Amino acid sequence: MILSGKSSLKNAPAVEALVRRHRLRPIELLPWAIAVAAYFLFPGYLALGSQIFIMVLFALSLDLILGYAGIITLGHAAFFGVGAYTAGILAVQGWHEPISGLIAAGIVAAIVGLVSGLVILRTHGLTLLMLTLAIVFMLNEAANKAGFITGGADGLQGIAIDPIFGTFRFDMFSRTAYWYALAVLFLGWAFVRLLVHSPFGRSLTGIRENVARMHAIGTPVRRRLVTAYTISAGLAGVAGGLLAQTTEFVALNVISFELSGAVLIMLIFGGVGRLYGAFIGAPVYMIAEDELAKADPVYWLFWIGLILILIVMFARGGILGLIDQALHQIRRRRK
Amino acid sequence: MTAVLETRGLNKSFGALQVAQDIDFRLEAGARHALIGPNGAGKTTFVNLITGRLRPSSGQILLSGEDVTHLPQEARVKRGLGRTFQINQLFKGLSVLENVALAVAERDGVGGDMLRVAGARRAVAEEAYALLERLRIADDALKPVRELPYGRQRLVEIAIALGLNPKVLLLDEPAAGVPSTESAIILELIEELPPDIAVLIIEHDMDLVFRFARRITVLVQGAVLVEGTPGEIAADARVREVYLGERGHV
Repeated sequence: MILSGKSSLKNAPAVEALVRRHRLRPIELLPWAIAVAAYFLFPGYLALGSQIFIMVLFALSLDLILGYAGIITLGHAAFFGVGAYTAGILAVQGWHEPISGLIAAGIVAAIVGLVSGLVILRTHGLTLLMLTLAIVFMLNEAANKAGFITGGADGLQGIAIDPIFGTFRFDMFSRTAYWYALAVLFLGWAFVRLLVHSPFGRSLTGIRENVARMHAIGTPVRRRLVTAYTISAGLAGVAGGLLAQTTEFVALNVISFELSGAVLIMLIFGGVGRLYGAFIGAPVYMIAEDELAKADPVYWLFWIGLILILIVMFARGGILGLIDQALHQIRRRRK
Repeated sequence: MTAVLETRGLNKSFGALQVAQDIDFRLEAGARHALIGPNGAGKTTFVNLITGRLRPSSGQILLSGEDVTHLPQEARVKRGLGRTFQINQLFKGLSVLENVALAVAERDGVGGDMLRVAGARRAVAEEAYALLERLRIADDALKPVRELPYGRQRLVEIAIALGLNPKVLLLDEPAAGVPSTESAIILELIEELPPDIAVLIIEHDMDLVFRFARRITVLVQGAVLVEGTPGEIAADARVREVYLGERGHV
């Protein structure tokens, strides 16, 4: 046998580092502390807050496939949109219970992810990128044409959502929406965090790093990718469902290339493949959008574009990457 | 005795170019076999056919008597086929330990587990670490692979393959790209490989081949020219001609 003797250093630091890597660090609780504090500090911004949580969840779902598995997509809004329409249409058609509606949004989006993933994940690179785009365009057109059920270009109106657990009514100050979106985001984060630290998640990283080697160690690569894509689509669908339920409206732009691009930009702002890039990038993008649009309602996209250029040219790791570098420098100087 | 690896009449063509011609090949448990041949003889093609990166045009590949000709790469790995690459194929951004741990986890069939953190399986990390110790690269366990010199990266290649507990180990030019001062370490480690593993080494370096191999197959233009003991191969006129024809390429 290859392993005739067990390791001489039973508690080798390297082994400890590997088996402890998933342990929760205190800093990981910071986003939640901020989210709770923000509720009390900025009571006038709860609607924006709940939308930020939704976009964080959406960007987090993208990070799973882009940052970990290395699947580049410009069509991730396809799943967000499918989730939004699923939750919205259910409510319009008479199913008003929010949690089951949200689960349905996730399941339908996951199914769309599975079916499209089985087809498009046979390809790589530019072909794959084009196929993700094609899917979002097709679904957008389908939603447009199916106006009798989606409301088409006018948007889906008349969504009514029951109180959560029959108790917490959605109010005009978005208090319920805020906590609802935050709670769902928390569950989504806990799930994705477990996933990226699981052997499955590590194998996705392996596929991103070197697919030839993953084949050679016996990994069913395509099955792993399709699984990741399906899960990511489901999470994106939940995020879309949340948007439909909290805003009680669905517009065609939930299935769009623009939104796919925006969520990609958010993730790049924050940092790709870091789990917390979504938590930085989505708020920064949305608050910047909010502020820049106030200051310069016509040209705010110019500023977003400029920030993007600066980040991809000078800070490939996004804002989190910059923070990492700064901490690294400080530690060096101390030494 | 059943061969752990066998090919029967293996053919592969790319258009008009035949890169493998009727290759019959056997590897028995514990074999120390070398595959040599001039550049372009089809050595790497042969490895890619065995591992399933390429599909043969005709012929059969068997692992421990089971026909795997139509099985994908990962299924062959599960049946005990491990390999290293001529050019390093590593997870460069991951630590040395994790490079090996990924292989160990896949071998144990837990590589796809989702609902438990990887760290919950301490045995995987310990086994990977023990392998690094065996290959004397445990000091670098926590370093990202890309920070290692190329020669040490070659050892990570071997560690990953060993992490699969292979019955058959294909070493594709294990000393390629390594300065001669370091290739001695690699050779030493190859000589220490567990005796029950069948090892097939593809190599240019004749010193290494003749020191290591108990049998040698010479491949020329996709076909087996001759197979025999190192003594037979050294004395074979045809082999000399091939190599002298290459003007002392060796």
